Amino acid sequence: MRQLASLKTALTGNYAVAYAVKMAKPHVIAAYPITPQTTIVEKLSEFVAKGELRASFVNVESEFSALATVYGASMAGARAFTATSSHGLFYMYEMLWWAAGSRAPIVMAVVTRTVGPPWNIHDEHNDILAIRDSGWAVAMASSVQEAFDLTVQAFRLAEKAYIPVAVGLDGFVLSHTVETLELPPQELVDEFLPPRSPNAPMPLRPGLPLTFGNIPSDDRIHAEHLKRIYWAHQEAKKAIKEIDAEYGKLLGRSYGGLVERRWLEDAKYAVVCMGAWCGDAEAAVESLRREGVPVGLMRLRFIRPFPDEEVAELEAAEKVVVFDRDITPAGGVLGREVASVLGRDKVVDVVAGIAGVDFKASDFKAAFRKALEAEKGVVLI
Amino acid sequence: MLSIPASCASVVQGLGPKSGIGMPLLNVPFASAASVATGIAEAFKQLGVKGRAVVWAGDGGTADIGFAAVSAAAERNSDVLYVMYDNEAYMNTGIQRSSETPKYAWTTTTPAYAGGKKEQKKDVALIMLAHGAPYVATANIAYPQDLYRKLKRAAEIEGFKFIHLFAPCPPGWSFDPSLTVEVARKAVETGYWILWEYDDGVFKLNPPSTIYADKSKRRPLKEYLKLQGRFAHLTDEQIAELEKEIDKRWDTVLKLAKAFGK
Repeated sequence: MRQLASLKTALTGNYAVAYAVKMAKPHVIAAYPITPQTTIVEKLSEFVAKGELRASFVNVESEFSALATVYGASMAGARAFTATSSHGLFYMYEMLWWAAGSRAPIVMAVVTRTVGPPWNIHDEHNDILAIRDSGWAVAMASSVQEAFDLTVQAFRLAEKAYIPVAVGLDGFVLSHTVETLELPPQELVDEFLPPRSPNAPMPLRPGLPLTFGNIPSDDRIHAEHLKRIYWAHQEAKKAIKEIDAEYGKLLGRSYGGLVERRWLEDAKYAVVCMGAWCGDAEAAVESLRREGVPVGLMRLRFIRPFPDEEVAELEAAEKVVVFDRDITPAGGVLGREVASVLGRDKVVDVVAGIAGVDFKASDFKAAFRKALEAEKGVVLI
Repeated sequence: MLSIPASCASVVQGLGPKSGIGMPLLNVPFASAASVATGIAEAFKQLGVKGRAVVWAGDGGTADIGFAAVSAAAERNSDVLYVMYDNEAYMNTGIQRSSETPKYAWTTTTPAYAGGKKEQKKDVALIMLAHGAPYVATANIAYPQDLYRKLKRAAEIEGFKFIHLFAPCPPGWSFDPSLTVEVARKAVETGYWILWEYDDGVFKLNPPSTIYADKSKRRPLKEYLKLQGRFAHLTDEQIAELEKEIDKRWDTVLKLAKAFGK
C-alpha cells in the first residue's frame, strides 16, 4: 500500500459531489440553479474561478440547455458534468433521451426533490425514478461519502459503457447535511480515473466528416441501435461491480456493486430501499433483529441497470417489504420493479416519506409490521 | 463542425448511415442547437482542438422554440457561428406559421380565407444586434458572394456570430422552383429584404441593398408578392400597408447605419 493520505473532513452531500467532480477533472460544466442542487454548481464555479479546476463553466438559461451544452461537449470528446433536481430534470426530458440515444458519457447529479404542485423543495424520489426508462444509468447514494465515491465511479462507468449516468442524492437529507468523509488524494483518483480517451470511439472532429443522428435509410438500423442500448445496460451490470471492486482496492471503499446487502444470509424477511433513508431503515432492521425478527436489508444502489439478479437472491425470503419514497397512480415504483422479479405475492410495497414528510427509524419499524399484516399489495403511510 | 436541429436540413442531408454533408455533423433536438454548439466550442477549447462550432437552423428552430438558447448563447458571447436560414414558416412539417412568417401570408395554420397571418414578422437579426453580438448580418440566397464573404468574415471573429439568411421555399410559398432565385432577388429589389451587417461596432448596408435606401429606386412590392401563391389573396390596401411597413423597416436600418456608421 502506498503512503498517500486521505483527508478526513466533513462536507455536505452537495459539496462532496462538487469535490468529486473537481477531482474527476471534467472539461466542461454547465449549470442552471435549482434548489436543492444549486450548491453543487456554486462550489464548482468557485473551483473554476480560483483556478483549482481547469474547465469551462457555462452558465445557461435553462436545464434543457445545461444538458444540451454538456451533450455537445461530450460528443466532442470532453468529460462533462451537470446537476439538477425535480422540475429542472423534467425540463431536460427530451435531451435526456437524446443524450442516452447518442451514447454520450455524461455524468449528472440529481438531487432528489418533490415535483409540484404545490411548490415544495423537500425530498422525494419521484423525479429521479421518472427517468429510469430514458437510457441513463441511475444510481442513488446513501451517505455523503457514497455521494463522493459514486460520483467518481460514475465517470468511469459512463466512459466505459458509453451510457450517461445520473448520480442521485436526497435533497437536504444528504445534499445539505454535513457528514464526515474521506477525500482521497488526487493521485489515486487520477489512477482510478484516467483522462477520457479523446478519440474513442467516434468524436466530432474537424476534417472527420461523420454524421450523427440523421434519418435512417432503414428503420431496422434504428431498431438495432435501440437494442444495443439494452445490451449495453445488461453489460454495464458487470462493469458496475468491477468498477466498485477496483475502487475499493485502490481507494479503500466498495459497496457491493448494484446493491448493498445487510444481514440477508439468514433473513426470513427482507427490506428493500434506496437512498439516504436506508440509514434509518438499517437502524430499524438492526433493532428488529435484536428483538429476534430474522430480517435483512437490501439497498438498491442502482435502479438502471436494474439489479434483477441481486433482487432474485431474495427468493429465499418469505416476505419482501419494499420502501418507496415515491408514489405513482400504480403505487410505488420500486415495489413494482421488485415484484416484477419476485412476483406480487411475496412483495409488500410501502409508500412513505413522500412530499418530504419525515420518516424515522421508529416509523420504519411500525411500517414493517403493518406491511407483514398486509401480506401483499401497496401500503400507503 | 455543424449542429443541425430539426428542420428541412435534417432531411436534405441524406439518409443514414450515409451522409450528403462533407463535414462533421451532429443532429440535435429542435430547441437545443445553440447550446449544443456552445458545448462543442467549449470542448474544443479545453481539448485544444482547432475547429469552429457552426449551427445551421431554420426560423422555427431559431426564432421560436430555440430562441431562449440562441439569446443565451449571444448574451454569453459563446464562440458559435449561428446561421438561421429563414423560409418564413415551419416548412418541414408542412407550412405552418412561425414568428418569421410575414403579415398576411397564407400558411396551413393561417388560412387565406381568414386573411392570412395577422402579426408582423419578428426581426431576429435586429434582436441579435441588441444582444451586443460582435457580428450580425443578413444575407440572401440570391447573393451567394455576399453570403460567402459574410461567412468568411464571421469565421474570423471569436464570439457569437449570427447570420439571418433569407431562403425562399417553393412549395411553402407556392411558386415554381425555377423562380427561387428570382423570388429571392425581388425581395431585395423591392426593399422587402435588406442586406446589412454589423461588424465590430460598425453597422452598414451591403450592396445591392445600398441603392434601395433611396425609395424611388425600389421596385413595387407587388412584383415580389405576385410571384407567390401565399400572397394571392391580398388586397391593394393590404399591399399598400405592407409597403408602409417596409418604409418603417428602412427607416430603422438607416438610423442604425447613421448611428453606428464609420
